[in-house]
Amino acid sequence: MQAKDEAEIADIVRSAKGPLSIVGGGTRRAAASGEHLCTSGLTGISVYEPGALTLVVRAGTPVAEIEGVLAAERQRLAFEVPDMRGLMGRAGASTIGGVVAVNASGPRRIQAGACRDSLLGVRFVDGRGEVIKNGGRVMKNVTGYDLVKLMAGSQGTLGVLTEVSFRVQAIPEAEATLVVPVADAAAGVAVLSRALGSPYDVTGAAYDGRALVRIEGMAGSVTYRAQALQALIGGEIVTVAASAALWRAVRDVQPLQGVTGAIWRISVKPTDGPVVLATLGAVPHLLDWGGGLLWVALPDDRAAALALRDTVNRLGGHATRLRGIAGVPDVHPEAAPVAALTQALRHQFDPKGLFNPGQLATA
Amino acid sequence: MEMPRPNPGVMSDKARIIAGLRAILPDDAVISDPLETRAYECDGLAAYRCTPLAVVLPRSTDEVAGVMRLCHAMGVPVVPRGSGTSLAGGAMPTADCVVLGVGRMTAVLETDYANRLVRVQSGRTNLSVTGAVEADGWFYAPDPSSQLACAIAGNIAMNSGGAHCLKYGVTTNNLLGVTVVLMDGRVITLGGGHLDAPGLDLLGIICGSEGQLGVVTEATLRILPKPEGARPILLGFAANEVAGACVADIIKAGILPVAIEFMDRPCIRVCEEYAKAGYPDCEALLIVEVEGAPGEIDEQLSRIKAIAARHDPVEMRESQSAEEAGRIWLGRKSAFSAIGRVADYMCLDGTIPVNELPFVLRRIAELSDEYGLRVANVFHAGDGNMHPLIMFDANTPGDLEKCEALGAEILKLCVAVGGCLTGEHGVGIEKRDLMGVQFAAADMEAQMRVKDVFDPKWLLNPAKVFPLAVTASRRAG
Ligand SMILES: Cc1cc2nc3c(=O)[nH]c(=O)nc-3n(C[C@H](O)[C@H](O)[C@H](O)COP(=O)(O)OP(=O)(O)OC[C@H]3O[C@@H](n4cnc5c(N)ncnc54)[C@H](O)[C@@H]3O)c2cc1C
Repeated sequence: MQAKDEAEIADIVRSAKGPLSIVGGGTRRAAASGEHLCTSGLTGISVYEPGALTLVVRAGTPVAEIEGVLAAERQRLAFEVPDMRGLMGRAGASTIGGVVAVNASGPRRIQAGACRDSLLGVRFVDGRGEVIKNGGRVMKNVTGYDLVKLMAGSQGTLGVLTEVSFRVQAIPEAEATLVVPVADAAAGVAVLSRALGSPYDVTGAAYDGRALVRIEGMAGSVTYRAQALQALIGGEIVTVAASAALWRAVRDVQPLQGVTGAIWRISVKPTDGPVVLATLGAVPHLLDWGGGLLWVALPDDRAAALALRDTVNRLGGHATRLRGIAGVPDVHPEAAPVAALTQALRHQFDPKGLFNPGQLATA
Repeated sequence: MEMPRPNPGVMSDKARIIAGLRAILPDDAVISDPLETRAYECDGLAAYRCTPLAVVLPRSTDEVAGVMRLCHAMGVPVVPRGSGTSLAGGAMPTADCVVLGVGRMTAVLETDYANRLVRVQSGRTNLSVTGAVEADGWFYAPDPSSQLACAIAGNIAMNSGGAHCLKYGVTTNNLLGVTVVLMDGRVITLGGGHLDAPGLDLLGIICGSEGQLGVVTEATLRILPKPEGARPILLGFAANEVAGACVADIIKAGILPVAIEFMDRPCIRVCEEYAKAGYPDCEALLIVEVEGAPGEIDEQLSRIKAIAARHDPVEMRESQSAEEAGRIWLGRKSAFSAIGRVADYMCLDGTIPVNELPFVLRRIAELSDEYGLRVANVFHAGDGNMHPLIMFDANTPGDLEKCEALGAEILKLCVAVGGCLTGEHGVGIEKRDLMGVQFAAADMEAQMRVKDVFDPKWLLNPAKVFPLAVTASRRAG
C-alpha cells in the first residue's frame, strides 16, 4: 500500500487487520512478514532555515534530494548518511524516514554524533492510528520526554514516521586526511586514539589496513592541524577529492562490498575493536569510529555467529547481522530486564502488534 | 502551586517506613527528623516548599536498590535528588515521599583516555568531572552555569545544557551509558564504552526524563581533549533586529563559535551598574567566543568581524589578553546576580527558532509594558535558548502571581513561533500546567505510556512534568 499523506497512514493503521511492514526506499532488509506500507509518497521539505540550521522534511523524501537542497546552501546532514546499497546489493533510493528508523550514521558519528543527535523532532503514527509529535525544530528542547531518541533506531517498531526535523551543519571549506601506515589493527587503533586525544578536532578515524584521520574546517585551520597531526602520528596528507573518496569508501563499507558470507556490524569500545577482530582470524574487515565500529564478513553459520556474540557480550557492546540467515536473531539480544522494557514499550505504542513484527526480535 | 494530596496510608505508616529504611541503610544515611529534612524542602525554585516524609542518602547502587524495593513494596513515592539546583522544582518533595539524594555517591570509577570516557557515580558534580581529568588535558563539555554545584544525576535527568553546547551538544549528546535502578528495585545498565543501542534507545529516553523513569546511580560520560585556546569578541548593535541578523549571518557563513551570547538593553544596563564591565550603552550586545590555536582563532575572528561590519556595529571589542577576555565575559557571567541585586526575578527558559529573535524580543517588550514588570533578556543566541528574566518584588502582594502570568505569556509566545517551553531547565512543577500549550493530549499520552512501562504504579517523582489533572487516574494506581 502506498500512502500519500499522514492522514492516510493513520487510516490504514486504524483499519489494519494484520501485520504491516513499513517500507521507505527499500534499500535495507524489510520485515519478513506483513503487508507493505510504503511511505515514499510522503515527500517534500516543509521548512528549511539555513540561518537557523534547521530542516523539517516529510519522511518519504529521498535522502539524495535533501542533500541536494542542503548543498545549494553549502550545508549538509552532519551525521554522514551511509549508502548501504553496494554492501547490501540492493537498488532503490534511501528515504530520510528509513535513515532515522535505523539511526544510520557514518564516520562523523564520533565527532558530530549519530543521526539521533542531529534529529530535533518527529511526527509519527502509532499502532492505534494516532498522530504523535515530539521534539520540534529548535536545537534545545527538554520539554517532556525525549521520544525523538526513542524513535531514532526503533526500526519501525513503534510507529510510522511521517515527518522529521534536523539540525544541519555548514559544509566546511576544507578537509584533509592523514594516511598512516601501520602494522595491524591494534597499532592502527592506537594511532587513532592518539589523534582523537589531541585538540585537533578529528572528524573521522578509521582503519582499512592503514590508519585514516580526517579533519575539516577553515582552510588555514585545516593546514595548521594537518601539520600538527602529522607531527604527532606521521603519515601522508591527502586533501580535496582524494580525501573525500577515502571517507566515502569507509562510510559505505566498500572493502566488504561483493564479499560472500554474513555481514556483521559490531559496536564496542574503540580499543576493543581490534580485540574482537583478533578472535575472528583472517576475515574481510573495516574499522571506523576510532576502532569502535567493526564491520566483518564471516561464514554464514550459527557457530560463528554465537562465538562472535559471546565475545561481544564479554567485552560489552552489540553485534548486528545485516546479511545472513543462519539460526540466530539479527539484532543482538539484550539483558533480560532491558529486553522486557523494550517489549513493553512496543506493546504500549503498538498494542495490536502491527508494526514490523519480526524486527528487533531477539529470540 | 497545586500538589497532590499526600497519601494518608503512607503518612500513617511513617514509623514503619523509617524502620524499614534503617534496616537497609547505615544510621547516618536516613534522615527523618523534621528539622533536618527541612533542608530538602525545596530546590532552586525556592518559592515552593514541602518537607518530605524522610530523606535517604545511600552510597551505592545496591543501597539505592534496597530503598527502591522497600518503597515499591510499601507504596511510598520517591523523589530523586542530585544537588537540588533545579530551577523547575524537579526535585521538590511531597509530604508523603522519600527523597533519595545521591549526593554521597561521588566516586570516579574509571578514567579511560584511549576510549575518551569517564565513569562516575551520579552524585559527582559537573565541574568535578572535568576536575578529575583536567590535569591530563581533558574536559567534560556540557557546562551549565550551576556546574560548581549541580550533579551529573540532575544533568542527566534534565538533559542540561550550557554556554558551550552550540558546539559540543547538551548532556544527551555526551552521555554514553548509565546504571539505573527501576522503581521496583531492578538494576539495569544501558550503553557503556560503545556507541548506540542495538534496539530501542532506552538511554536516550532516560536522559531528560526528570527522575520519573528510574534512579541513575552511575554514568559513563564522553570526555574531550581541551582546545588549545579560546577568545571572545564583543559586538554592540543599535537594534535587536540587527544583532539577530548578525547571528544568522555568522551561522550561515559556516563558522561555529563555541558560544554566542546575547544581552538586550535592560540587561546591559543592570549588569553595567553592578559589574562595571565597561559595556557600550547600546540596544543589543553579542559575545562570540571561538576556540583553537592562536592562528585559528584569528582566522575565525577576522571572518566574524567582516560579517559584523556589514551590520554597522556600534562597538567591536577584541581581547588581546586573558584579562581583557575576562572583562568581556564579566558582565554576562554576573548577569543573574546583578539582576538579583536590584529585584527578585524569575528566569524563563523557552527556546525559539533563531530567525524569530527580533519579533520575540519586540513582543516581550510589549508584554513587559502591559504587565508593568521589567524583563531583561540574556541568552544563548546561537541555539535560540532564551532566558528572559522577569523582575518583581516578592514582598508586594500579587507580584509573584503577576510575574508567573507574564512568564506563561512569554512561554506561550515561544511555542507559537515554533519553539518550546523549556530548552534546558526542564518542566518540573513550574511548567507542568503549560504542557498542553505545546502538546496535544495524544502527545502527552504517548509520553506517559513510557512512564507506565518503567514505573507502572507511578511512584517515582509522580507530581512532575504532566498536568496533575492529566495524570490523576494513573497516580491513583
Ligand atoms: C544559578 C543557576 C544556574 C543554572 N544554569 C543552568 C544552565 O546554564 N543550564 C542548565 O541546563 N541548567 C541550569 N540550571 C538548572 C540546574 O542546575 C540543572 O537543572 C541541573 O542539572 C540540576 O542538577 P541537580 O543535581 O541540582 O539536580 P536536582 O535539582 O537535585 O534535580 C533535578 C531533577 O533531576 C532529578 N534527579 C536528581 N537525581 C536523580 C537521579 N539520581 N536519578 C534520576 N533523577 C534524578 C530530580 O528528581 C529532578 O527532577 C541552573 C540553576 C541555577 C540555580
